[in-house]
Amino acid sequence: MEKYDRSDRYLKQLDDGQHEIALATKDLHVSYGEKEAIHGVSLDFERFKITALIGASGSGKSTYLRSLNRMNDNISGTKVTGQIMYRGLDVNSNQIDVYEMRKHIGMVFQQPNPFAKSIYDNITFAPKRHGEHHKKVLDEMVETTLKQAGLWDQVKDDLKQSALALSGGQQQRLCIARAIAMKPDILLLDEPASVLDPISTATLEDTLLQLKENYTIIIVTHNMQQAARVSDYTAFFHLGDALEYDETRKIFTRPKIKATEDYVSGHFG
Amino acid sequence: MKNDDIRASLMKRSRAAKNERFGKTLTGLCILIIITVVVSIFFFVASKGLATFFTNKVNLWKFLTGTIWNPGATDAQGNPQVGALPMIVGSFAVTFLAAIVATPFAIGAAVFMTEISPKIGRKVLQPVIELLVGIPSVVYGFIGLSVVVPFVRRTFGGSGFGILSGTFVLFVMILPTVTSMTIDALNSVPRNYREASLALGATRWQTIYKVVLRASTSGIITAIVFGMSRAFGEALAVQMVIGNAMLLPGNLISPASTLTSVLTMGMGNSVMGSLSNNALWSLALLLLIMPLIFNIIIRKIAKKGAIR
Amino acid sequence: MSPRKWDKVATTVLYMISVFIIAVLAFLLLYILISGLPHVTWHFITGRSSSFAAGGGIGIQLFNSLYLLILSMLISIPLSLGAGIYLSEYAPKNWLTDLIRNMIEILSSLPSVVVGLFGFLVFSINMKLGFSILSGALALTVFNLPLLTRKVEDSLQAVHYTQREAGYALGLSRWETVIHVVVPSALPGILTGMILGAGRVFGEAAALIYTAGQSSPPLDFTNWNPTYIASPLNPLRSAETLAVHIWKINSEGIIPDASAVSAGASAILILFVLLFNFAARYFGNKLYRHLTGARERG
Repeated sequence: MEKYDRSDRYLKQLDDGQHEIALATKDLHVSYGEKEAIHGVSLDFERFKITALIGASGSGKSTYLRSLNRMNDNISGTKVTGQIMYRGLDVNSNQIDVYEMRKHIGMVFQQPNPFAKSIYDNITFAPKRHGEHHKKVLDEMVETTLKQAGLWDQVKDDLKQSALALSGGQQQRLCIARAIAMKPDILLLDEPASVLDPISTATLEDTLLQLKENYTIIIVTHNMQQAARVSDYTAFFHLGDALEYDETRKIFTRPKIKATEDYVSGHFG
Repeated sequence: MKNDDIRASLMKRSRAAKNERFGKTLTGLCILIIITVVVSIFFFVASKGLATFFTNKVNLWKFLTGTIWNPGATDAQGNPQVGALPMIVGSFAVTFLAAIVATPFAIGAAVFMTEISPKIGRKVLQPVIELLVGIPSVVYGFIGLSVVVPFVRRTFGGSGFGILSGTFVLFVMILPTVTSMTIDALNSVPRNYREASLALGATRWQTIYKVVLRASTSGIITAIVFGMSRAFGEALAVQMVIGNAMLLPGNLISPASTLTSVLTMGMGNSVMGSLSNNALWSLALLLLIMPLIFNIIIRKIAKKGAIR
Repeated sequence: MSPRKWDKVATTVLYMISVFIIAVLAFLLLYILISGLPHVTWHFITGRSSSFAAGGGIGIQLFNSLYLLILSMLISIPLSLGAGIYLSEYAPKNWLTDLIRNMIEILSSLPSVVVGLFGFLVFSINMKLGFSILSGALALTVFNLPLLTRKVEDSLQAVHYTQREAGYALGLSRWETVIHVVVPSALPGILTGMILGAGRVFGEAAALIYTAGQSSPPLDFTNWNPTYIASPLNPLRSAETLAVHIWKINSEGIIPDASAVSAGASAILILFVLLFNFAARYFGNKLYRHLTGARERG
């Protein structure tokens, strides 16, 4: 791999009063044991937009994403320093209740991971645990979220069926439905289409574009066409740093940084 | 929800956080109970077992090498007669003999199940082995008593009770354990070792003998030592066929005894705190220490295997 | 001999060894069942045992075995679940956790007679429970706990990490995620382990000789008040189990039909072991299919 000057970077600032910021990180560092994986990343994410995080494998884009709702807390030896600003609070602090925070910042993973429960229970399980017990509300929630995730028509007669019997693409859309049933502000998606076939991927992308109306979405993807198709902003990650952050259009047509240019034109990665 | 409400809820300890602390405390308590049990087993057995040496002033060396076990009486010098050598020898004899007999069978069955016919292995032998593990030791003892002992008596003479009968019973009892651990050892040999050997024109047996068994030696030894640990601690089945004579065994077909057999027979017939009772606890302490030693041996072997 | 011939010989020998092992099991089962089942009558299963004369039954012993089994499982199932969950989900990766794991492994490698003696010393004498069902149940718990805990931990670990992440990402605590997501997924393995553990407990004798005792006082099967002295449910009465009974009549050899009674009792014991074994397989598989939804897909 070519060596790039890492001080050569362009990060678009969105906190200019023109944009509403849903989430922002300030100098975020992540380390596993002795090894630092993210070297101080500061990015602002605009509300009701889709932001794509791209970069080669090992660039730290997934690690960064997983830090945003503190999923890395559960991996022993991981340390996250710096600020994650959400609604004026630094959620990367001990005063913040991490469980409450994750209700507002939801996540969908690379591997579809439905629970070994029925489709209905997959969606209603967490809301029930959080205290929602009215059957009518739950029924409505199942219908709305499955519709939003584009799965309703396929499963509406089979809600009691085990979720594990669904196809991979259906499982992933169920996971999205499950995540939005929590009515989060922000939805983090970690390469959600990497195990899906092209048709399922296309359906998923349509779903994301519709969800954008109500959710702020941050998506990690290794698929540059996907980033170009769905996202409004794109951040390019390289070896644990965000080197370029700009409107997607600009990133893919006129990147300002050599590394970004090489990556989006397929020279490495 | 309004922004301020959300901010407030984020700063407060949520239901889930309380729930988390509850779960962690509850399960931590369970672990604590188990730790307490382990520590107290060692504490209580050791405090009883060491009393023989500290309270009754029995010489440890004499205890381990003395050949006469008669705690009620004293010898010419006035020392209590608590020589545990007959039981120690008995225990080790049945353990080693059972392991020696069981090893070829265990390896043979394991090789058959992993290399020759995995299908028959999984469908037939695996359930057979699991069932053999499940048979209670008193049932083994009963069969030993009604089948093995008469067989030994007819074939080799004597009463039939003795180390030989004990060996036969223990052989069958540890066979399934050693076999299933050997299977794990063989399965951990990478597939490509076998393929490489077969590709070089070696026969299946040559591959098994020169490649698979060599590569899994440490795992197989671990399995055998584990089986020996089991055999050493087995009580009732052995006690029922060994004859329970506290004499240094002269041959394999004369009645003998093991640490476990003396304990099961004797503990009920002695008064707590008396020398004869303390001496029995010393035997129990030996039984407690031996699995530890077997354990250490297994770890040493495993480490060696890992380096290679 | 040529390598090819050696190969043939070795294969033949391996086949013979396998057949031998199957023959051993077949012999054991057939011997027990053929010599034992003819003695198994209704009177034998329900009748009182005899101390000196022939013709005794095993009714009380069978009841004791089942009662002890249930009592000890009631104690050890929650404990092993808790301990297994702690080790699998909460225990940090450090020397202390390694030490705890080692302690549990050592506990599982202790001879059952040592566990029995410990129970005798601590439960029967120090805690003044005497030779009683309760002492016996506690000793069996000590005997069974390490294996159950290990089985629970292994079954939980076999559930993929992504299942846990799914729960965490929905704002659920680890505890909720474990109880409602991970444990249900791990249930087939846990259940199999528990049933096999029950089988082990059912046949165990060495740990009971000095804890539950070797005698069975007359029971009054019309009074089920656990505080009544002759009540079958009284946890403080001594209770000889089926396995202990087999051992005792064979080592003491007082009753004239010891071998017939042992054969019958062994047959019952073996039938229960087989039952536990098949139950473990059946329920484990069934539950697994149910959970993974394989049933719905046909």
